[in-house]
Amino acid sequence: MMTQSLLLTIALAPLLGSIIAGLLGKQVGKVGAHRVAIAGVGISFALSVWVLKLVAIDGESYNQQVYQWLQAGSLSLEVGFMVDALTAMMMVVVTFVSLMVHIYTIGYMHDDEGYARFFSYISLFTFSMLMLVMANNFMQLFFGWEAVGLVSYLLIGFWYKKPTAIYANLKAFLVNRVGDFGFLLGIAGVLMYAGSLDYVEVFAQAPTIAGQTMSIFSGYDWSVMSVICILLFIGAMGKSAQVPLHVWLPDSMEGPTPISALIHAATMVTAGIFMVTRMSPMFEFSETALSFVLVIGAITALFMGFLGLIQNDIKRVVAYSTLSQLGYMTVALGASAYAAGVFHLMTHAFFKALLFLGAGSVIIAMHHEQDIRKMGGLKKYMPITYWTGLIGSLALIGFPGFAGFFSKDSIIEAVHASDIAGSGFAYFSVVIGVFITALYSFRLFFMVFHGKERFDTHGGHAPHESPAVVTVPLILLAIPSVIAGFLIGNMVFGDFFGSSIFVLPQHDVLAHHAENYHGIMGFVWHGLQALPFWLAISGVATAYYLYMMKPDIPARLQQRFQLLYRVLENKYGFDDFNQKVFAGGSRFIGQMLWRVGDRVIIDGAVVNGTARMVGLASRLMRHVQSGYLYHYAFAMILGVLLLLTFFVA
Amino acid sequence: MIALSDFLILGALLFSLSVAGIFINRKNIIILLMCIELMLLAVNLNFVAFSHFSGDMAGQVFVFFILTVAAAEAAIGLAILVVLFRNMKTINVSELDNLKG
Repeated sequence: MMTQSLLLTIALAPLLGSIIAGLLGKQVGKVGAHRVAIAGVGISFALSVWVLKLVAIDGESYNQQVYQWLQAGSLSLEVGFMVDALTAMMMVVVTFVSLMVHIYTIGYMHDDEGYARFFSYISLFTFSMLMLVMANNFMQLFFGWEAVGLVSYLLIGFWYKKPTAIYANLKAFLVNRVGDFGFLLGIAGVLMYAGSLDYVEVFAQAPTIAGQTMSIFSGYDWSVMSVICILLFIGAMGKSAQVPLHVWLPDSMEGPTPISALIHAATMVTAGIFMVTRMSPMFEFSETALSFVLVIGAITALFMGFLGLIQNDIKRVVAYSTLSQLGYMTVALGASAYAAGVFHLMTHAFFKALLFLGAGSVIIAMHHEQDIRKMGGLKKYMPITYWTGLIGSLALIGFPGFAGFFSKDSIIEAVHASDIAGSGFAYFSVVIGVFITALYSFRLFFMVFHGKERFDTHGGHAPHESPAVVTVPLILLAIPSVIAGFLIGNMVFGDFFGSSIFVLPQHDVLAHHAENYHGIMGFVWHGLQALPFWLAISGVATAYYLYMMKPDIPARLQQRFQLLYRVLENKYGFDDFNQKVFAGGSRFIGQMLWRVGDRVIIDGAVVNGTARMVGLASRLMRHVQSGYLYHYAFAMILGVLLLLTFFVA
Repeated sequence: MIALSDFLILGALLFSLSVAGIFINRKNIIILLMCIELMLLAVNLNFVAFSHFSGDMAGQVFVFFILTVAAAEAAIGLAILVVLFRNMKTINVSELDNLKG
């Protein structure tokens, strides 16, 4: 039985852990802090698995209000939980990855001064993310949305004495604000046209809203549904780092590695994907919005992949691959293959968390050196990290049999079958993306684990494998990175999601593939003959050739294609553009307001102007004050006479 | 028989005289004080006259009080005058313009 108290426990256990670790960190000590935080998340994870079992096997679902926050007119803001297949899956993914990261953090952060604070933050994050996915109304969704953004800000700037970290967290916050503004406008649009914020009520009205038009500028009629959906998707672009709001994600790597794994790869950045999937009953009614989603996703998937090719920071390579994979998920959403998108979200959460934590393990061994040009040959020193890293990389490039293969292939097939505007470009992007993904993933893999040992041994100490608290989560994450893909039959081609995802029949690209789906082995066999597999293989081969056999070729290529390299190195100029136009523009406006508005008008005219007026008046009036008694007496007499004439006469 | 109006005319004359004294006099502050005293007396005269003609003794009783208070006032005024002279070395009204703005 799914009860309110069960769901409340799932959501609040991490919050309690966070409060204890955060506020009583000094009292409970390091061990106490991590025990209480892990216990909170552990309880959440165990109960989430139970909820998943209730949903998936017993077919239960839950949608009820828990608490009414406020009532204003007909608008009622509530806290409520809606648990269906989509939510249950997200809960398990979030709490599982979070639990792994919690355990891993014991090893990664054990020397850090902010140990308890870190646990407090990541538990708070888990709470926020759970509130986000379990919401049954837009308001609570927005609460969770903002709360994860806040925790992300806090964690990117966790090392608050590091100027680059402060810059990065401010950047993340500001860029997300742009997206959140769109999101908020979208929610306002929903409230305006549906008159409610409750999911079920809004979705029930979606078909009627779809027919309406609004005029934002007079003379042009806009489809209400397109406007609302695109605004909501702008929120998703901020949170899920889609072009052009992606700029914050690579910089977020300034934070500690565990949070890169948890927040900036596995869970928070997928909030946008989750949100669009949850809103599928609305997006389905707007072809325009779907096309927009598709094209943005395709651009992100392809062009962010290229950037991964030239990065030398181990975490940044993985970060760009996250961007690219988020693009894949978005493409799936745009093609109405929501199930495939969410499936990729799940598999990606496992293998990307694995890759990040593996990168963290390498960073520990390298004494916080992150430049892959100063690594190499770590295979023999770090066997567990090596093998789990290999599994993660194979899953990422979509090697047949691994989790990423199933999810990525179903996305590619879905895009191929889609015929909405932009799907041709999207198909091209995702297919080329496979080659790029394989190239940069294995470039990273070979440069870190194979080849010459280019690291500084710090006085003869050979690097060694990380402690068990680090390697156990790696192993535990490697398992679903291999086997999670086998769920494809249920999740993508089956009816696991049931009513939680809504697809119009004319958009249903997965249905066609479902007919041709004959078990996992058939899918793998089909995959082996398809183009993406060979592209992935050639990507790996290219990486091996370029970085293992002929390491001088990349340098020569870099020389030959200076211009191209420059463009990639500047990340297509997004950062410079934002820095100059938006940051510079805002600063210019601020300066103008300061110079003209503040100093001239407020200070000059209002504040000092008043004083000057008073001064001027009194300079005139002082001549009346002669100081002679007889003048004053004369004035008095005059006054008396005036009063007399006024009152008596 | 002297009428009420005669008293009032006398009072008004005395009052005007003292007002004129206050702002025509530019020499001596003592004259100024005397003028103020005269002004008070003019008002008292009115009081007494009204009291007499309306048959109410309260007005005349009041005059006693006023005269008493005026005497005390004059004493204080003269004391201030002495202090003023000590500090300023003058009691010439045209030179006392410390309140000038």
